[in-house]
Amino acid sequence: MKEGKTGIEVSIAASIAAKLARVEVVAAYPITPQTHIVEHLSELVANGELDASYVNVESEHSAMSACCGASAAGARTFTSTSAQGMELMHEILFIASAMRFPIVMAAVNRALSSPLSIWGDHSDVMAARDTGWIMLFCENGQEVVDSIIMAFKIAEDRRVLLPVMVNLDGFSLSHVIEPIEFPSQEKVDAFLPPYDPLYTLHPDKPVTMGAYGMPELYTEAKYAQEMALIDSKKVVIEVMDDFGKRFGRSYKPVETYNTEKADTVFIALGSINENIKTAIDMLKEEGREVGLIHLRLFRPFPSDELIAALKGVKRVAVIERAMPGGAMNSPLFNEISSLVHSNSMGIQLNNYIVGLGGRDVNPEDFHGIIDDMLSPEAKKETPKEEKNYRVIGVRG
Amino acid sequence: MAEITRLIHEYLRHDKKFPHVWCPGCGIGIMLGALIRAIDKTGYSKDDIVLVSGIGCTGRLPVYVDFNTLHTTHGRALTFATGIKLAKPRLKVIVIMGDGDAVAIGGNHFIHAARRNIDLTAIIVNNNVYGMTGGQYSPTTPYGMKSTTTIYSNVEHAFNISELAVTAGAVFVGRGTVYHAKLLDSLMEKAFAKVGFSVVEIISHCHTQFGRLNRMGTAVEMMQWQRDHSVTVEKAAQMKAEELKDKFKIGVLVDRELPAYQDEYEKVRKWAKGTEKR
Ligand SMILES: Cc1ncc(C[n+]2csc(CCOP(=O)(O)OP(=O)(O)O)c2C)c(N)n1
Ligand code: SF4
Ligand SMILES: [Mg+2]
Repeated sequence: MKEGKTGIEVSIAASIAAKLARVEVVAAYPITPQTHIVEHLSELVANGELDASYVNVESEHSAMSACCGASAAGARTFTSTSAQGMELMHEILFIASAMRFPIVMAAVNRALSSPLSIWGDHSDVMAARDTGWIMLFCENGQEVVDSIIMAFKIAEDRRVLLPVMVNLDGFSLSHVIEPIEFPSQEKVDAFLPPYDPLYTLHPDKPVTMGAYGMPELYTEAKYAQEMALIDSKKVVIEVMDDFGKRFGRSYKPVETYNTEKADTVFIALGSINENIKTAIDMLKEEGREVGLIHLRLFRPFPSDELIAALKGVKRVAVIERAMPGGAMNSPLFNEISSLVHSNSMGIQLNNYIVGLGGRDVNPEDFHGIIDDMLSPEAKKETPKEEKNYRVIGVRG
Repeated sequence: MAEITRLIHEYLRHDKKFPHVWCPGCGIGIMLGALIRAIDKTGYSKDDIVLVSGIGCTGRLPVYVDFNTLHTTHGRALTFATGIKLAKPRLKVIVIMGDGDAVAIGGNHFIHAARRNIDLTAIIVNNNVYGMTGGQYSPTTPYGMKSTTTIYSNVEHAFNISELAVTAGAVFVGRGTVYHAKLLDSLMEKAFAKVGFSVVEIISHCHTQFGRLNRMGTAVEMMQWQRDHSVTVEKAAQMKAEELKDKFKIGVLVDRELPAYQDEYEKVRKWAKGTEKR
């Protein structure tokens, strides 16, 4: 890979990142919009550029199962999926986290059927949010590459040993060509040494994985797993800092944009944050100051960082690309609401659902959201209707 | 009115769903024609037919036809169809699947539907790849051939879908190609008439993905390949194993009588109630 930036499709870049991380086993089943990632990886493995084993399994359920097996045997393991594929993996997502397998998965976020849609939103990952995986969300292609490399370092840390899902939006991120800088192999090798598993299936030192957890033990096992997930935030931050020092691009679990002067902010996940920044710049030209809190880490939920970011904020518009499914609000909103209320922060919170099934979201939509938040109606503490959110642009 | 015009008007939702998504020259259209002609021949009313499909280029088919249709998820068409048949045994339930649908992600359902001998007709378009998602390997991609996930050469061996169906217990198994359109009509008619699990495997071409990667030429050339590599069951019986090496059989591979799931179930119920003796 040449020095400097290369114009490249983000999916291809993601597979190059997995190669730079020297993955050893890849098991995957194709699904739009994830296909280019696994196709390219299969090629890199077949032509010897990547010394790994690649298996074209017969479904995503098998893909995640094979990844668990490979990880149990001590291999650095990678896969990728989208939408229905992630749902079909669901059973095994829990197994991967509970058996503490440091698998990394690129989740190319797409809407769930039905109606059948191949386009992007977050309904797939939101349905998997409580599977015990560490979850990162990417705003652009560079972040996808860097996050995949960091994900292995986080996952394999002995204090963590948990799988990491790197989320990137289908099409609006996966299929665009962006200028991306690839770190050199030497630098990645120095940052990410070979995986040294704590426990592995080995004939010389047999272990049992996934044994029965009787009622007197199950709770403790789950508690230990949960603590590991919560404590992984420290490692996430450490790894992000270390990455920044070595590669010159630093990341934080929570980042802000134009929040210094603004008391009204958006909070969102994924590539939509770039659109929001554009909208914020346009609003600035009109003399209106609005900010953005951008969540890069979703699991474990970065509460302290969010509390710090919310200092001085009066109004928050939580933007989400998934339906609440009968809940009071969408998943991200519920987390933020819980944080704000349990800390008596007294912030006005509003919930907006946008961009379902690939629906375009324009700067004007964000302008409309700001106007909506400032309306007397929006300030009311309790919602008039049961529905405590607005679906932007919905007809009928 | 010309026969073809009548069939088009009668069975296609041409005002709503066209143009279709298939590439010009794709074999799925030929299969659709055969399906409509065969259904027309059976004399079923359109409302008594249910077409259930999975996801894929093949899975798109029910969108274009004027029957009861259910477009399900990738690999699950047979299980949805099983539910329909149990709830409304009177309906003729036809399941349309790609090779990926039928023997990759839905392979388990396929062998179990055959073993259970539930009264469904499975129509499988075998184009040797996952057409819809961009030509990735499928369990029917032949050894040594290319796909977008086996870009140099496939190292695995392919399923023989029809033989799998025979072994798993299907009562009727027929194989045709989209080159042999007339044969497809007759195989489908026979399958529809059968009570129990019937299968029609249709060897088709995906010139856009599989054909291009493997330099197999145009759609027409790929159909000529089907013509040159297929042998009727009757002719194959006269040929030596050596002559059959690079050929596949077409025609009726199995037609046997086995009690269908529902009939067996009814019997057990009567025994259990004591209304009939064992
Ligand atoms: C659970 C799940 N995994 C993957 C996909 C993506 N997908 C859609 S169609 C398809 C393959 C289609 O191949 P086949 O069944 O052979 O039909 P064809 O397009 O070749 O007619 C795949 C992998 C999906 N829709 N759902
Ligand atoms: S991609 Fe292949 S299977 Fe799909 S419509 Fe085109 S030719 Fe047919
Ligand atoms: Mg196919």
